[in-house]
Amino acid sequence: MIPMPNLDVLGFLVLATFAVLCGLSVILQKHAVASALSLVGVMGSLAVLYLMLGAEFLAAVQMIVYAGAIMVLFVFVIMLLNSGSERPAKARYFAYLVGIPSLLAFLGVISFFILKELPNTSSVQFGAFTQGGPAPVGRLLFTQYLLPFEVTSLLVLIAIIGAMVLAKKEID
Amino acid sequence: MDFFLVSLIKIVVVFGAFMTTLAYLQWVERKVLAHIQLRLGPQRVGPHGLLQPLADVIKLATKEGLIPANVNTFFYILAPFLAVSLALISIAVIPFGPEIELFGVRTNLELTSLNIGVLLILAISSVGVYGIALGGWASNNKYSLMGGLRSSAQMISYELPMTIALATPLLVLNTLDLRQIAERQGGGWFWNWTAFSYPPLLFIAFIVFLISAFAETNRVPFDLPEAENELVAGFHTEYSSLAFAGFFMAEYANMVTITCVSTTIFLGGWHPPFPAPYSNFVPTALFWFFGGVLLFHGLTQPARRWDRFTFPAFGVISLGLGAIFLLAATVLPIIGQILLPVFWFVAKVGLLLFLFIWVRGTLPRFRYDQLMRFTWTFLFPVALGCLLLTGLGVALFG
Repeated sequence: MIPMPNLDVLGFLVLATFAVLCGLSVILQKHAVASALSLVGVMGSLAVLYLMLGAEFLAAVQMIVYAGAIMVLFVFVIMLLNSGSERPAKARYFAYLVGIPSLLAFLGVISFFILKELPNTSSVQFGAFTQGGPAPVGRLLFTQYLLPFEVTSLLVLIAIIGAMVLAKKEID
Repeated sequence: MDFFLVSLIKIVVVFGAFMTTLAYLQWVERKVLAHIQLRLGPQRVGPHGLLQPLADVIKLATKEGLIPANVNTFFYILAPFLAVSLALISIAVIPFGPEIELFGVRTNLELTSLNIGVLLILAISSVGVYGIALGGWASNNKYSLMGGLRSSAQMISYELPMTIALATPLLVLNTLDLRQIAERQGGGWFWNWTAFSYPPLLFIAFIVFLISAFAETNRVPFDLPEAENELVAGFHTEYSSLAFAGFFMAEYANMVTITCVSTTIFLGGWHPPFPAPYSNFVPTALFWFFGGVLLFHGLTQPARRWDRFTFPAFGVISLGLGAIFLLAATVLPIIGQILLPVFWFVAKVGLLLFLFIWVRGTLPRFRYDQLMRFTWTFLFPVALGCLLLTGLGVALFG
């Protein structure tokens, strides 16, 4: 049975299309700033999708951390280096000969696995999941997933110290 | 149907009030700055320059919108749109007053209630930097680029102490919903507000938040993105007409939003500083006091020719407003339930906005290295210390 297209499905289609278009734009743009901003578009539409699925906390964090902090740093560095637009490399005959069949094969494998897995899973219901607020997520992080959470924070701390050590080193 | 109609009315009212505030905030700023510097400020258009914002809007809208050669046209046009639209979104989650009942319809004095309201505001403010950074980069001008880069670096750096300072009261309040945050501070004296609980920890957090707010909105003393003696006009050097007006409006909208947020989270939202039966008469007293001063001043010692008419006129308006508030506080609770909370909210926001302008008239601009050293070596550790100590306090006594 085909479900009636309601507002949620329409919203999903619009956002999914936008996300895919932005994703294509990331790799097709000639200018690095344009690519980075397309990536922001992908993250923004993903955040709204999370919101529609009921994961409000995840949506907000996606915007704050990815779109607001990491991508701002990316754009900042690209602007600081002031890189111009790239000329696309001339594609060789060999690249077409190997590239297109392997792309098709890759897509085939992916779609095979998706189609194989799909009947086993029930389709997502918008609005059915309500445990995505800050309180349930926080409770899970501090009970069930406490160890991975703490280990991740330790990992981030090590990365920060490593970055500082590398940055402090004099360039000979 | 009721829901849509009520929402539509609320949107129209809030949008109109917000836009008027933005237009007149600029007039207030020019007037206050002028009086700080012993000048008169806008005086020509309308009585005391009151129609100056209208004249400015007409001027900006009728100017030629120039797109310079060799700019990245798409991003050049996109940047002011991004800046304005992101700056105008956040007002939607700010609560202005409690739940009211009007003609049998119960509704909250706000546009929408989210259980992640604080996070939404943080998300929007962290994305807001794109408008400025892109505008600076797409202009293809070294001064603009420097302005955009400074702005990005500054906003990334100050976001950290701001977010931590904002997280500190959330430990005490135990919610991310702005309506619940405001409600949990009410019902009593001003020491129930979060800024005054666990003294002096949360007051320090409030000060840290305010300082970071100055940097987030690119205001003096942190207005290095548009330092005119180094960068002409910074990121909006190449912009003219409505695109320039967009950046201008975005700055003021960010200012209003951030003062609304600090009022809601730190200063008890719409709650008066002392309990209800007496605080209800404060607006009347204030308006009548101002009305009396204006009448006296205008009738006895007018400094300029027009003051003889304008001062008494404003005085009568002020007396009338006082009378309306007196009616609202005593015999017309149906108006009072809207007017009185909104008065206290607007009064607190107005005081904070005045502080923004006051600081602009008082402090010189930081140097860039001072700006960065200040946030990373002072503001950030202070905010972190406040958060940890408040956490300890909540764990021990909460």
